[in-house]
Amino acid sequence: MDVGFSSLRSEAVGAMRTALVSAENLQLTLKPELSQEEQALTNSKSSIKETHKAGNEDLKEMLESNKESLKLEAMKRVVGLIAKGKNASELFPAVVKNVASKNIELKKLVYVYLVRYAEEQQDLALLSISTFQRALKDPNQFIRGSALRVLSSIRVPIIVPIMMLAIKEAAADLSPYVRKTSAHAIQKLYSLDPDQKEQLIEVIEKLLKDKSTLVAGSVVMAFEEVCPDRIDLIHKNYRKLCNLLVDVEEWGQVVIISMLTRYARTQFTSPWKEGANFDENNAKAFYDSDSEEKKDTTEDKPYIMDPDHRLLLRNTKPLLQSRNTAVVMCVAQLYWHLAPTHEVNTVTKSLVRLLRSHREVQYIVLQNIATMSIQRKGMFEPYMKSFYVRSTDATHIKTLKLEILTNLANEANISTILREFQTYVKSQDKAFAAATIQAIGRCATNITEVTDTCLSGLVLLLSNRDETVVAESVVVIKKLLQTQPTQHSEIIKHMAKLFDNITVSMARASILWLIGEYCDRVPKIAPDVLRKMAKTFTAEEDIVKLQTVNLAAKLYLTNSKQTKLLTQYILNLGKYDQSYDIRDRTRFIRQLIVPNEKSGALNKYARRILLAPKPAPLLESSFKDRDRFQLGTLSHSLNTKAAGYQELSDWPAVAPDQSVRNVEVIEPVQEWAPLVGKTKKAKSADKFYSDDEREKEEEGSESSGSKDSSSSSSSGSSSEESGSESEEESSEESEKTSSDSGKSSSGSEKSSSESESEPKKKKKTKKAPQKKSKPPAAFSDSDENGNGPVAQASSSSAESSSDSETDSEDSDSDPPATPQKKKKDVKSKPKAEVKSKVEVSLLDLVDFSPAPTNAPKSSVISSSLLSDLEGLSLSNVSSTMQVSTPSFSPVKTYELLHHMTGKGLSAKYHFPRQPCLYEPSMVAVQVILTNSSDHSLEEIHIGERSPAGLNIHCFNTIERLEPEASVTVSMGIDFSDSTQAANFQLCTKEEQFKVSIQPAVGELLMPSTMTEPDYSKEQGKLLGMNETSATVTMATANTSSQAISKQVLSVCNVGEVPSSQSNVHRFAGRTVSSGALVLVCLELKESSTALLTINTEKSVMASMLLRDLKQALVQA
Amino acid sequence: MIHSLFLINASGDIFLEKHWKSVVSRSVCDYFFEAQERASEPENVPPVIPTPHHYLISVLRHRIYFVAVIQSEVPPLFVIEFLHRVVDTFQDYFGVCTEAAIKDNVVVVYELLEEMLDNGFPLATESNILKELIKPPTILRTMVNTITGSTNVGEQLPTGQLSVVPWRRTGVKYTNNEAYFDVVEEIDAIIDKSGSTITAEIQGVIDACVKLTGMPDLTLSFMNPRLLDDVSFHPCVRFKRWEAERILSFIPPDGNFRLLSYHVSSQNLVAIPVYVKHNITFREGSSQGRFDLTLGPKQTMGKSVEAVLVSSQLPRGVLNANLNPSQGTYTFDPVTKMLTWDVGKINPQKLPSLKGSMSLQAGASKPDENPTINIQLKIQQMAISGLKVNRLDMYGEKYKPFKGIKYMTKAGKFQVRT
Repeated sequence: MDVGFSSLRSEAVGAMRTALVSAENLQLTLKPELSQEEQALTNSKSSIKETHKAGNEDLKEMLESNKESLKLEAMKRVVGLIAKGKNASELFPAVVKNVASKNIELKKLVYVYLVRYAEEQQDLALLSISTFQRALKDPNQFIRGSALRVLSSIRVPIIVPIMMLAIKEAAADLSPYVRKTSAHAIQKLYSLDPDQKEQLIEVIEKLLKDKSTLVAGSVVMAFEEVCPDRIDLIHKNYRKLCNLLVDVEEWGQVVIISMLTRYARTQFTSPWKEGANFDENNAKAFYDSDSEEKKDTTEDKPYIMDPDHRLLLRNTKPLLQSRNTAVVMCVAQLYWHLAPTHEVNTVTKSLVRLLRSHREVQYIVLQNIATMSIQRKGMFEPYMKSFYVRSTDATHIKTLKLEILTNLANEANISTILREFQTYVKSQDKAFAAATIQAIGRCATNITEVTDTCLSGLVLLLSNRDETVVAESVVVIKKLLQTQPTQHSEIIKHMAKLFDNITVSMARASILWLIGEYCDRVPKIAPDVLRKMAKTFTAEEDIVKLQTVNLAAKLYLTNSKQTKLLTQYILNLGKYDQSYDIRDRTRFIRQLIVPNEKSGALNKYARRILLAPKPAPLLESSFKDRDRFQLGTLSHSLNTKAAGYQELSDWPAVAPDQSVRNVEVIEPVQEWAPLVGKTKKAKSADKFYSDDEREKEEEGSESSGSKDSSSSSSSGSSSEESGSESEEESSEESEKTSSDSGKSSSGSEKSSSESESEPKKKKKTKKAPQKKSKPPAAFSDSDENGNGPVAQASSSSAESSSDSETDSEDSDSDPPATPQKKKKDVKSKPKAEVKSKVEVSLLDLVDFSPAPTNAPKSSVISSSLLSDLEGLSLSNVSSTMQVSTPSFSPVKTYELLHHMTGKGLSAKYHFPRQPCLYEPSMVAVQVILTNSSDHSLEEIHIGERSPAGLNIHCFNTIERLEPEASVTVSMGIDFSDSTQAANFQLCTKEEQFKVSIQPAVGELLMPSTMTEPDYSKEQGKLLGMNETSATVTMATANTSSQAISKQVLSVCNVGEVPSSQSNVHRFAGRTVSSGALVLVCLELKESSTALLTINTEKSVMASMLLRDLKQALVQA
Repeated sequence: MIHSLFLINASGDIFLEKHWKSVVSRSVCDYFFEAQERASEPENVPPVIPTPHHYLISVLRHRIYFVAVIQSEVPPLFVIEFLHRVVDTFQDYFGVCTEAAIKDNVVVVYELLEEMLDNGFPLATESNILKELIKPPTILRTMVNTITGSTNVGEQLPTGQLSVVPWRRTGVKYTNNEAYFDVVEEIDAIIDKSGSTITAEIQGVIDACVKLTGMPDLTLSFMNPRLLDDVSFHPCVRFKRWEAERILSFIPPDGNFRLLSYHVSSQNLVAIPVYVKHNITFREGSSQGRFDLTLGPKQTMGKSVEAVLVSSQLPRGVLNANLNPSQGTYTFDPVTKMLTWDVGKINPQKLPSLKGSMSLQAGASKPDENPTINIQLKIQQMAISGLKVNRLDMYGEKYKPFKGIKYMTKAGKFQVRT
């Protein structure tokens, strides 16, 4: 060993010497001083090589030994060498022998080695091939898989046919793991030999059909590498891929989603068409025919979306919740590029969440948000505070956040943003402070209201101690002044004064340019500045010199008397300047402005050339042009086209044949099956619109109402009877409905309506005059109710009788606004609505006797009538208004628009708690508009709304609103059972104000009447998950049953369910939009504690409701 | 996708390289070093760097740059996320992810990287699968291996690979069956000069340590799931169930994992647990500055605020600080100008304060910005958002597991502007 080592050493030294000699021969110019250094260098190199070589020799011996452990040890050291990037290729023969070793770890390390060096030692590598071929037939799938992995990783062109064969075989393997490996091998083979493309595409086609989630990601990856343009291969697999997506491993998801984004852009038509004629009925009729698309019908679609397009959007949405940031980003870009405009907002929250992740992730996500926020401010505006800069952020993160904040700035939030910017300007990170000043400049140009404020702020910064800050301010001020130079000669003067103290050349140049450009505004100062410049000209930077020459030329043209000599002097200095640029400029300027015989025609135009009005620079975001790249891509990140970037095609004008995606195997539709109920709803809505059916429906509702009233009115005589009867009836009913909901309510109703037909008719006739003459009706009703409070005080059942009477009338008169989903709904909705009012009004009858009777009346008014009334600022409208608001609860009026912000227009709104006239799924909102300015406001109407899909029934445009006048209008808003605020613009002729209505959760309900057994039955269905409960310690004032219902009803719009137990209070309601049942139960315990239980499938709602109720009950 | 990976330490040495396709010369890293030189701080190196033939995407963790070499278009987050996953795996295997640990375990590192990527495309990143393929090195195992000659490398396809629950290995056995959940919430806030909150939000995670035999199916429900505004799940959580019932239902991976991370809806007001009274002034023309800082508990729901650490980057002009803490210790690094004050526990009766003077560079003008104060703290046994786990149930297995839930609140990016 020792001997070998020393001999080797001498050998190496000899070799080095010869190398050195030849190197010296080559580099004859080499300076002698360096040779010593080089000597040292070569010495050290040689010594490294020596030990290295020696080590390798050592390793070789170990590898060739018989001991497994020695071999393993040697291989580990070899891998260590590879990891360090050292060359270990001469061990190849020794290593390759061990490829068939039984020791799995040893084998794996040999694989690592082989893959690394096979390309360099192709002949030797061939020795190992037979081992892999044998392993490909191994019964163990893992061994088969890894053999294919290594075989395909050996980059030796000779074995291409063997690889091809192996891939084909593996693609048909029973084990999905092996098939996955074969998908990977496809890419490897393709990069080794692109000629195999055709055959490989066949394999890809086969593997694309694979149903295993394990394979899907890898094969799509192979597809993207080998044949991304063969979109036809995807057609048949499109739906399968969409459906598998959730279960594919996360990396595969990213690849599949990006591929499908491209695919969708070629196959579907654009969902972004604005202003296309939208006919709801048509859309619904279309979707009725295929039940999969139910979800869509609830949303507004300006066009008909391909069901497959929708499938993709729906199946990717859950992935926004992935822990993998790449997946979330990928879904976000899919929504950005494919989803209808109003759905894109769904990704906002998830993207903002990613900002909590690692710095690098933040960087990429912020870049994408920056691009998005240019086009869609609204998307990220609510999350503005998430983009506030922290002092610990890295600089590139800070500037990106700044960029986004600038993009988000608008009239409403600019003051907040500017305040935030003020902090940033003072930052110790001066580069960031400078960027902030640029941002302020951009805000100032974009938002004209704050231009002056920004400008004065920037002028203040001119006295800052830090040079970069001052310089940046000057540059920005220059740009701003260009947009409106007339008013700002003061600022120019100020800057001219500062000129002596500013040393940053860019800033000096900017000031000089400004003075030159507006020299007519500062006629006294300009020549003086030029005089100073002439003195220091030689010491200035190039850009300053250029601007000095410019200034001189401009002054020469405008004020040649004072500046002629100065200009001559400066031009002479410039003539002999070191910089050719300045010499050139000087020569040019001289020819241009100084008249002499040689100068041509240009001289005449000098003034027009130099003092031409210049367009103001546009301060634009640097992310403006990034949207040409697909979001989330490397190209987008770099803002240049990266190698292999696939353009996202534009939407096709006409969708290609969608039947190509049909597969014989029926798609798993069961997912959507439960939505059948919605079909019905849609259908009934259709009926609602068609006239002939309308009457029928009305009749139905009448009959049901009257029937109920009859049953309870009979019970009015004896309270006990009524309980049992209604119980029976309700159970009967519910049985029926459950047994044949399809048959619809009409059957069961008919019988009852027949029996009760007479009273019904009577009532109808009674109703007619009521509609016309309101006051008498009110009186008569209040008469009826006159007994109410007495009866109510004695027994609760009597109460129910009295209200069901008013009920019946109401449900009679109730316009067909509530479509009839099921019999039960029909019955309960309108009735319940009124019931709650009547009931509580009974409690408070002393104060508000006419209230309950008028409440139904207002809903009697047809929608057209109401909207007619809206236009007039009539006192009677507002009186109906007051009346129709439930008097039991303190009417909570919320401010929509303050008259200060609304420039005289103020708006308040409240929830009248009536079924909405316009559409059953809407919540009725009444808005009181008041003009508190001194001039009349014209054309008050609702403008843009967000989210874009928000369904609002607007009030008719108010043509004119006189000063001090107010008008009440009603509108309907579909909140879709969420407390998300509805944002819209309230516009007058000149102005637009952003306003938002956020409903309390209780307002999203409407009362529902049911009997006690019915209630408990429903409650029984909504146990477990659907039950939320809490113990409440109530204020002592709240323990009486009256107080409880008052409190509950003030919080939420529900109906009280008559209860047989005095310590249990039950309330029932339905959500307005989806009609989900909400049951509230309050069970009194001893010492003013109570158990509050809410049963509903809307668990989010339940917990919010619980909180609100708790609050109401706790406070006195 | 990912061609090669280079690991570069703080001093700029490439100490490990791995190639998945043909070899890319390490000279490609020169472009990275250039960018590194341009950046003032290590954090400022741009994560994506274009070079003439390749693209470099890097992450910096534990003072090691993980630089991936890309040749063609690929979502940059894909690579970044993968690199972070690699770091997490190393940490999981070796306890720490340092240069020394990686060098010591270079063979395991290589084996791991080999399994994690095939031809540049991620193959197995799930820790449960990897641990079946390559057993983490422990002293005991190394001993046993040297004696018996057995290896660290599994011979069978990991059971998770093919199952519908790839994150869980089969045949798990424990004598003590236990499941622990840590609800950890972080408050991110910016407090302005006057003490009013500019922005505050709560982010939380639920980290779990589950050691249960067999294939347990767990459900976790909350008292107030409405609080969770935006959530992201471990893949094991059944999304549909959450959508419908707001219940976390899952077959857990074996061992430690992050079950859920969430954002608390911004409508709720965030309780700020501490307040800071500060008076930091620099006078014009004098070389002295005053520093006065007092901390106090604010909304802590009766819990004590512990492990409070205050740090602040003082202006460059500050030469030294001569301060007097009423409790704890402080350090001032005159090079980085970083002031750190380890306060410990806040005693509401005797509020901790740090008072004294700073000496400024003579002749230097007064710094125009006061330093920002960063605060770290911990509050045990409380989730500041009020989130409460209602119950944890187990189905599918017969035994009765031991269950534990711990709550903790920490300060995240908690800054006070002065």
